[in-house]
Amino acid sequence: MSTPIASFLTDANFKSVLYIISFGLFIYGLSGLTGPKTAVRGNRIAAVGMAVAVIATLLVDDFNNAALIVIGCVVGTAIGVPAARNVKMTQMPQMVALFNGVGGGAVALIAWAEFRETDGFAFEPTYIAIFSVFSAIVGSISFWGSNVAFAKLQELIHGRPITLGALQLPAQILMLGAAIAAGVAICADPQEEIVMVGLLVAAAIFGLLLVLPIGGADMPVVISLLNAFTGLAAAAAGVSLDNQALIVAGMIVGASGTILTQQMAVAMNRTITSVIAGGFGGEVTAAVGAGDGEQGTVRSTSAADVAIQMAYASQVVVVPGYGMAVSQAQHAVREMAKLLESKGVTVKYAIHPVAGRMPGHMNVLLAEADVPYDQLKEMDDINGEFSRTDVSLVIGANDVTNPDARTKPESPIYGMPILNVDESSSIIVLKRSMSSGYAGIDNPLFFNPKTSMLFGDAKGSVESVTEELKAL
Amino acid sequence: MTTLTTLLASTAESPQASNLVTNLAILVLSGFVGYAVISKVPNTLHTPLMSGTNAIHGIVVLGGLLLLATGEDLGTGTTVILFVALLFGVINVIGGFVVTDRMLEMFKQKPKEQIEAGSEQ
Repeated sequence: MSTPIASFLTDANFKSVLYIISFGLFIYGLSGLTGPKTAVRGNRIAAVGMAVAVIATLLVDDFNNAALIVIGCVVGTAIGVPAARNVKMTQMPQMVALFNGVGGGAVALIAWAEFRETDGFAFEPTYIAIFSVFSAIVGSISFWGSNVAFAKLQELIHGRPITLGALQLPAQILMLGAAIAAGVAICADPQEEIVMVGLLVAAAIFGLLLVLPIGGADMPVVISLLNAFTGLAAAAAGVSLDNQALIVAGMIVGASGTILTQQMAVAMNRTITSVIAGGFGGEVTAAVGAGDGEQGTVRSTSAADVAIQMAYASQVVVVPGYGMAVSQAQHAVREMAKLLESKGVTVKYAIHPVAGRMPGHMNVLLAEADVPYDQLKEMDDINGEFSRTDVSLVIGANDVTNPDARTKPESPIYGMPILNVDESSSIIVLKRSMSSGYAGIDNPLFFNPKTSMLFGDAKGSVESVTEELKAL
Repeated sequence: MTTLTTLLASTAESPQASNLVTNLAILVLSGFVGYAVISKVPNTLHTPLMSGTNAIHGIVVLGGLLLLATGEDLGTGTTVILFVALLFGVINVIGGFVVTDRMLEMFKQKPKEQIEAGSEQ
């Protein structure tokens, strides 16, 4: 590496230029994500930025561990690509949680390796220790928290809140306090490695305690929050490694994740603090335990009846929820809607901001089924239309239609903006059984005299309705 | 207080001093850039956005690459830790971008579909 070209390539200024190009591409790419037409290109531009940053990083004198690096990249690609390719659209949220988790884990491990290589930051400026310790704590929280989120969404563990009861808050404070105390000790004086390991473990336990009590309905907010965490951790790692690409990319993610988290929390009329406090969980268990008992009767209906009602309607609003995602019913729904449109029925889709497991989850699925973009209506646009709607077809959605959110102050979801399907002339609910929604609470909508229930798998139900429509 | 004084002393004298200040400036500014760019994203693209930003924080892979590539005589323990970090980072980056691309491809077909739907009526 002594030729002029080699020394030019490994020159610090040249690398800085490459980094500037790469984060320019990140910002440009992300701004492309603001519109459906430019989004694909935007994502690819960001990917190119990433490639440039990787190349710039690899331009070093005296390259070490080349074999390991190649193996790491090959194995990582061999794991990541098939996982990303084969995951079903319905499982996208947990996939994002998992990818987010490994990112956080990587940050924490890098901080640990730095600690080992610098003998506990003994000869480094204090600020390096501070930023490393921050990235270690936050990265570890993000890794373990994301894994819990993944396990809950994948139903490896129960989606219901899991808490230590009265010990929950003290335990959380103790673990976070322990992690911070270890961090302060490391920053003040060089410490034995056991202190760093203790820090990582305490942060890990805090991450578990943070997400385990959070009920399923709040999971999107949590994933988004952990995404922001990983971004901040990456930015901190960038400062301690003196790597500008890391700082910029990490911080952009930190900022965007924070905004997204905020928007989601607002959509559910909850604050981020109350989500984290896991208050939802406790109340939900209480509500379920209390059991309202007398609710009235449920009317069940047949596919033929549903087909007739919709065929003679002038406007049908489809309200999709997680049930549609689980049974992969989006294509069947699109078929049915096409048929209805050919009969002169106006079909719209009402998308609640937190329907499914992530914001935009329903949009992605319906987009997959080629539903025209302009038929997807956001909550505020469609809520005024329900009173003019003949049939609301609720497909596997539950909590986002629960009128208790408007009327019953003791309900855990009271105050959450909902889709006012009960204002339409008739409501048809496709549902597998009478079980309660992901939040674990009863939905009086099902007992509304205007509501009829079509029990069964969403996809099967929609397909049989479509058959009946064809026969009409 | 010793910590603070050491910190100040180290920032004032070390060659990394100006680096720290520059890096902090970059940190703050990119926070604002992220805010400005992202706050314009419509609700419908939130899932792809979360997935896309998720892929971008996979940039931590640089940390693993940097320490492995520049590290001479790393101990076995450190090497293993860095290797796992690299593996995690690569999974995050590659998986993240591929998943986002798959999601967004679906949005891309829409304008065509919209025109078809329009002409049907």
